[in-house]
Amino acid sequence: MRYLPKSPAERKRMLADIGAASIDDLFAVIPSEYRLDRDLNVPRQMAESEIIDYFRAAGQKNATDYASFLGAGAYRHYRPVIIDSLVQRGEFLTSYTPYQAEITQGTLQAIFEFQTMIAELTGMDVANASMYDGSTGAAEAVRMAMRITGRSQAVVAATVHPEYREVMATYNQHEALFSTLVGYDAETGRIDLAALEGAVSQETAAVLVQSPNFFGIVEDIPAIAAIAHAKGALLIVSIAEAVSLGVVRPPVEADIVSMEAQSFGVALSYGGPFCGVIAAKEKYVRQMPGRLVGQTVDSNGYRGFVLTLSTREQHIRREKATSNICTNQALVALMATIFLAVYGKEGIRELAEHNLAKAEYAAKTLSAQTGAKLLFNGAPRFNEFVLQSQESPAIWSQRLMDEKIVGGIELSRWYPELGNATLWCATEMITREQIDTAAKVMSAAPVEA
Amino acid sequence: MTTNATTPQKPVSGPHTLGKVRPHQTQNEALLFEISSPGKCAYKLPPLDVPAVDAAALLGESHRKTPGELPELSEIEIIRHFTRLSTWNYAIDLGMYPLGSCTMKYNPRVNELVARIEGLAEAHPYRPDSLAQGALEIIDLLQRCLLEITGMDAITLQPAAGAHGEFTGILLVRAWHESKGNARRKILIPDSAHGTNPATAAICGYTVENLKSNADGGIDLEALERQVDEETAALMLTNPSTIGVFESQIHKIADILHAKGALLYMDGANMNALVGKVRPGDFGVDVMHLNLHKTFSTPHGGGGPGSGPVACKTFLEPFLPTPVLVQSDNGTKHWNYDRPQSIGRVRAFYGNVGMFIRALAYILANGPDGLRQTTEDAVLNANYIRKQLEDVYELPYQTASMHEVVFSDKRQAAKGVKTGDIAKRLIDYGFHPYTVSFPMIVHGALMIEPTESESLEELDLFIEAMRAIAKEVEETPELVKSAPHSTRVSRLDEVQAARKPILRWRKSGPAQS
Repeated sequence: MRYLPKSPAERKRMLADIGAASIDDLFAVIPSEYRLDRDLNVPRQMAESEIIDYFRAAGQKNATDYASFLGAGAYRHYRPVIIDSLVQRGEFLTSYTPYQAEITQGTLQAIFEFQTMIAELTGMDVANASMYDGSTGAAEAVRMAMRITGRSQAVVAATVHPEYREVMATYNQHEALFSTLVGYDAETGRIDLAALEGAVSQETAAVLVQSPNFFGIVEDIPAIAAIAHAKGALLIVSIAEAVSLGVVRPPVEADIVSMEAQSFGVALSYGGPFCGVIAAKEKYVRQMPGRLVGQTVDSNGYRGFVLTLSTREQHIRREKATSNICTNQALVALMATIFLAVYGKEGIRELAEHNLAKAEYAAKTLSAQTGAKLLFNGAPRFNEFVLQSQESPAIWSQRLMDEKIVGGIELSRWYPELGNATLWCATEMITREQIDTAAKVMSAAPVEA
Repeated sequence: MTTNATTPQKPVSGPHTLGKVRPHQTQNEALLFEISSPGKCAYKLPPLDVPAVDAAALLGESHRKTPGELPELSEIEIIRHFTRLSTWNYAIDLGMYPLGSCTMKYNPRVNELVARIEGLAEAHPYRPDSLAQGALEIIDLLQRCLLEITGMDAITLQPAAGAHGEFTGILLVRAWHESKGNARRKILIPDSAHGTNPATAAICGYTVENLKSNADGGIDLEALERQVDEETAALMLTNPSTIGVFESQIHKIADILHAKGALLYMDGANMNALVGKVRPGDFGVDVMHLNLHKTFSTPHGGGGPGSGPVACKTFLEPFLPTPVLVQSDNGTKHWNYDRPQSIGRVRAFYGNVGMFIRALAYILANGPDGLRQTTEDAVLNANYIRKQLEDVYELPYQTASMHEVVFSDKRQAAKGVKTGDIAKRLIDYGFHPYTVSFPMIVHGALMIEPTESESLEELDLFIEAMRAIAKEVEETPELVKSAPHSTRVSRLDEVQAARKPILRWRKSGPAQS
């Protein structure tokens, strides 16, 4: 086997040194009735070229040449080439969690830079080293707010990503945590502020909103914060489309921000690995889940970095830890760090503005067809929008597919009240030609027989 | 005249060789923010092919007025920055990384290539199932391989890491008990367990009850019998245990639990000792998780991403997270969301698919014979190290070792040198330290897991280094206690880091409070 660095003679010599007659001696402790005395029924050993052929064929079955207007928590942005060049350096790729600081300063400094960039973009004081993804980050943020406030109710906007809400429900079902769902304003798509005010009480640990929300609408964060804070509740803002922060005002009034950083140079990969991250006000840092890197000095006074405040974590606190998280998304966070270094202070704004322009053009063009209507036009949005059509999406989406275009995702599975509504996303990767073609194909009503 | 590069030699001048290393220069590199200058950039967007918009007008109050302080650099500077940082890291690619319980094995490069194939890497999770058949076939084949390897009946790949898998597995346990009318109250956890086990039980709403290990470091059957009752939901067992010992009484453990209606959860962190030799599903395990980033060679990446599939027996299948992969009569695959008894989602979308691709590539590269040989070599390596070091380091448990061996620092501690010091000194010899002070049932533990990826030469160098350090402890203990001596930074002040946390760079400099 080509990954195994031993010759048959060496194996024999080692067994002799150990004093074992055969390799089976070393497995004698396993009761014989359980020992597997046959080959595993898995595919036979393949050559490297065969492995590549297998996955290339799978990739082709997946279809690659479609234009896509899908977003909804997973965004297609351009990934600069140097991201993969750098993260594939073995010293990053094949290194473990940096517990031994003297020989992992590279990873540690990069995480410190990641934490800084996330704090700068979100307007928070501190950020952690990453969470699994945006959904588990939001769920853990709610738990964090419960610990800080000692309260056990959450008020959640219906416009938080539906799958994030499902994950939150799974996480909190055994914590006696109750959550109330607050709907959205039919005109603006923003959270219904009056309903929110009615739902928040002295028992509320946190208000959780997403901005831009699941409909792509930017929420009025200062107004929401005022309602939450008036009752002593914390405000958690979930951000699924991180590129928005280049042009959308950061949620500085929030107490905790839970972000999905996939948009920062991370491939879609059919949904993962992505990169969640939690940022917060400094005073809440000791209740944060996950790893944190801090700056310190060595015995000669040189600057260095270490994992710190680990008394929050499971390997020290066991059942009293702030979370059970151990492995996080470090290499994906490194991708995001490189992405943000490439775009930089000006580039992230310019990139966000391109998204804004593409989505604005797409929204106008697609809603201009007969029978189509742009929903929630009364509030600012980033790179997504909701379109309502007369015709059932199942019908026109097939027409689009025939033209190798994947249109917006149907919202009825989560928001049946919206009828024939679909959620569209236009990032900088979409071309004007693709938008124009999609509009043309959609409006071409089928010929009645 | 030829010399062996690894033989200590005294050159006329210049740096000395110690074991397999000789110092070389690493470059200094400031933070990205410190080397930034306004006006530099590393990006170029294509011309906008739609009308430009006035962002301030479109967004109104929600328009960002002040940009975040991101660095401004050219491409070559970014390449050098991260390349320089990378040279400050130790890695499997550089040498043995014997972290016990972490399974730091070779990460094959073909895995990285296939995970980046366009049709897979650029697939949106919400694309119609009809356009995702390639991804679904990969998921299906990986699921079937993992079920065969574990001997279990049903599986979810959704959990993003081992601890996330534990969480999912214990929720399955809980949902099953609830379906019987009583969720039960407590989870039994051996004192040798990973910290994630009790943390997981707690967030699933269970009380943690500690199970003391017996004299061999294994499960004490009498204590187990005493502690298992009608309120016990499950035992979370790592097998082989964290001292690298297979629970030879495993079938009795399962019987004791099942007699009281409790389940056996297996933490699969140490599955690298079992693949192809014995299957948890055959020895009474009801539910378990795997770590694709340990056993199945996906890279650790400096702390993640991982992937923590959960496999279970048929009776737990209805409770698996939504969605589950199903196959239609015509052979096409799709996601089924109609799962009324499901515990719900544990993550958005379907899991860390990029890790699934890598793990499957590893399984295909090995085949049944390679997987078995891998396990055998992993166990062979650990036993070889044990044999070569047991005369200089204390072996607290004489029980046969599987894939890892745990020593204690008892003899060295008598000279005032602790396991942590020995670990730091190993760095000077060109190795990453072993796992320090874990498991907690061994005072001053040195937990060594070589994995199958080490050649005899590398193992011998490691043994030579460990023996040399043991000698140094006798002769020059201060040298060991102040190690490492060859790294860019010496021991870092962790107390200061925690007392006055500086968790980010600030333009105005770190806040001084």
